[in-house]
Amino acid sequence: MAEIKLEDIIKEENKVFSKTSLFTEKPLSYCPGCGHGVAHRLVLEAIEEMGIVENVIGVAPVGCSVLAYEFMNIDMAEAPHGRATALATGIKRVYPEKFVFTYQGDGDLAAIGTGETIHTCNRGENITIVFINNGIYGMTGGQMAPTTIPKMKTSTSPYGRQVDMMGHPLKMTEIVAQLPGTCFVARHAVHTPALVRKAKKAIRTAFEYQKAKKGTSFVEIVSNCNSGWKMTPIQAIKWLEENMLPFYELGTLKEIGLD
Amino acid sequence: MREIKLMKGNEAIAEAFIRAGVDAYFGYPITPQSEVIEYLMYEEPHKRTGMVVLQAESEIAAINMVYGAACTGKKVVTSSSSPGISLMQEGISYIAGSEVPCVLVNVVRGGPGLGTIQPSQADYFQSTKGGGHGDYHLIVIAPSSVQEMVDFVPLAFDLAFKYRNPVIIQSDGVIGQMMEKVELFEQMPRMTNEEIKQKYDDWALTGRTKGREHNIITSLDLVSERQEKFNLKLKEKYDRVEAEEVRYEKIMCDDADYIFVAYGSSSRICQKSVKLAREAGIKVGLFRPITLYPFPFNEIKQMVPHLKGILTVEMSLGQMVYDVKAAVEYRILVEHYGRVGGMIPTPEAIVDALKTKIIGD
Repeated sequence: MAEIKLEDIIKEENKVFSKTSLFTEKPLSYCPGCGHGVAHRLVLEAIEEMGIVENVIGVAPVGCSVLAYEFMNIDMAEAPHGRATALATGIKRVYPEKFVFTYQGDGDLAAIGTGETIHTCNRGENITIVFINNGIYGMTGGQMAPTTIPKMKTSTSPYGRQVDMMGHPLKMTEIVAQLPGTCFVARHAVHTPALVRKAKKAIRTAFEYQKAKKGTSFVEIVSNCNSGWKMTPIQAIKWLEENMLPFYELGTLKEIGLD
Repeated sequence: MREIKLMKGNEAIAEAFIRAGVDAYFGYPITPQSEVIEYLMYEEPHKRTGMVVLQAESEIAAINMVYGAACTGKKVVTSSSSPGISLMQEGISYIAGSEVPCVLVNVVRGGPGLGTIQPSQADYFQSTKGGGHGDYHLIVIAPSSVQEMVDFVPLAFDLAFKYRNPVIIQSDGVIGQMMEKVELFEQMPRMTNEEIKQKYDDWALTGRTKGREHNIITSLDLVSERQEKFNLKLKEKYDRVEAEEVRYEKIMCDDADYIFVAYGSSSRICQKSVKLAREAGIKVGLFRPITLYPFPFNEIKQMVPHLKGILTVEMSLGQMVYDVKAAVEYRILVEHYGRVGGMIPTPEAIVDALKTKIIGD
């Protein structure tokens, strides 16, 4: 039997997908089933499609995505925990013609970096914020996050989040949508192909708003953390759909228009 | 002819930022240095040179704006006073750990805690021995006049870029607030984006253009062997700084039996004390460290055979005195005299302290 080569199967005419050239060759360090890989790809695809790689500077702070610079083949800075939008502000102010984005988790953006997030959005810094919300601290091993929903179990809310004792989850996307500095604010998810397409469109739109110098564009991605949630990837997606999405409703919260 | 003006230290250093071709200032108001950002906002340097000035929501945000902007190879500066500098320490550690050049100014006030808004030199430990976490050094230069507030700005940037290391101008509330005659240097041009790209393309974040790898600014390495190698590389850098960048001033030290060691505003007061002591027949000189890190250990050590004793004068409970004791290797008497809590030593009290603590009258 003749040997079958990959090139015999995948040809230009039947190729429907290829990895964006803006990924480095390093294997992603994220857990199998995690949404970070998809979210990384969508950001990079938007940059590639807009042809702006030579003018992009990214910032990823402490959290699971602290090593994003290992995977994203673009100029990047790693920020202290919570301070990504402050770095991005500094970069954008001295290079207003560059595209500047942050890629932050929920512990980073909505707990330790709440002040920076609100003030950056309120100043209307002309940057794009990509916010991954999986309701938990993934990197440190599954502790309660500001976004952990009521009754959700984590290693620091082992009997479920008791809001009378631990406070309520914070909906940062709703908060920043109210601020005059934001121009485009949306919440998406990436656990089905249809949702991935919508999320990609939103991230692209966010960068288009930055191109049009409209202010801060902000895209939340509600994602799963099967490792932190102590579930299989399939269970985690089901749990996300049944519990996270009713609390964190998907959709566009604010859009001022590109014109 | 250079422009001569009567200026407050804080205003003079702000003017020097603009004239040095600085690209951006990020800061947060705090007494006794709020005039820095006030002056900058009033002067509208974006109209004069294109320099960015932004008031941040906190010192934490300010230092991280500095970090971000400085990642791109631009000349970036912030200023604050003691409690604000404490808030910046995490960011300073990251900046040192990712080898990003920038300049900081600390117009020191009294502590601990909220302390006082009056002058102090009690942040010597913080600036010279770390401040933030991890093994790193700031290059610390201490002006003793409004003129040096101006002159040390270009020097600080030269050192910051030469070593890719944060440099702190360690001033104090006296120098920040007092007015003196100052000679201002001519306007220096800001570097263009093309010049920055050409000069710093091996590290700065300017966008990944064709033909180069992506640049990464990070202080993280999870592989211990690599992190150790990086720490040792920093050590080599600090060794070079210690060998090449020591700066100091000696006043009437040649025939001195005793010396005062003092920096910043204390050294100014000590100039008068030297005069008073010499009038009383005591041969005293003044040794003024200009760089607090690297500290002039050898230069002080070399004076030991000719000296009977040293009095360090600091507006603190005694911080630099440990470095002076180490410099003389405990071979001669070294004592500390200082006032704290915002109190300022008088020239006469310093001479009295020399008599009682060192000469033994």
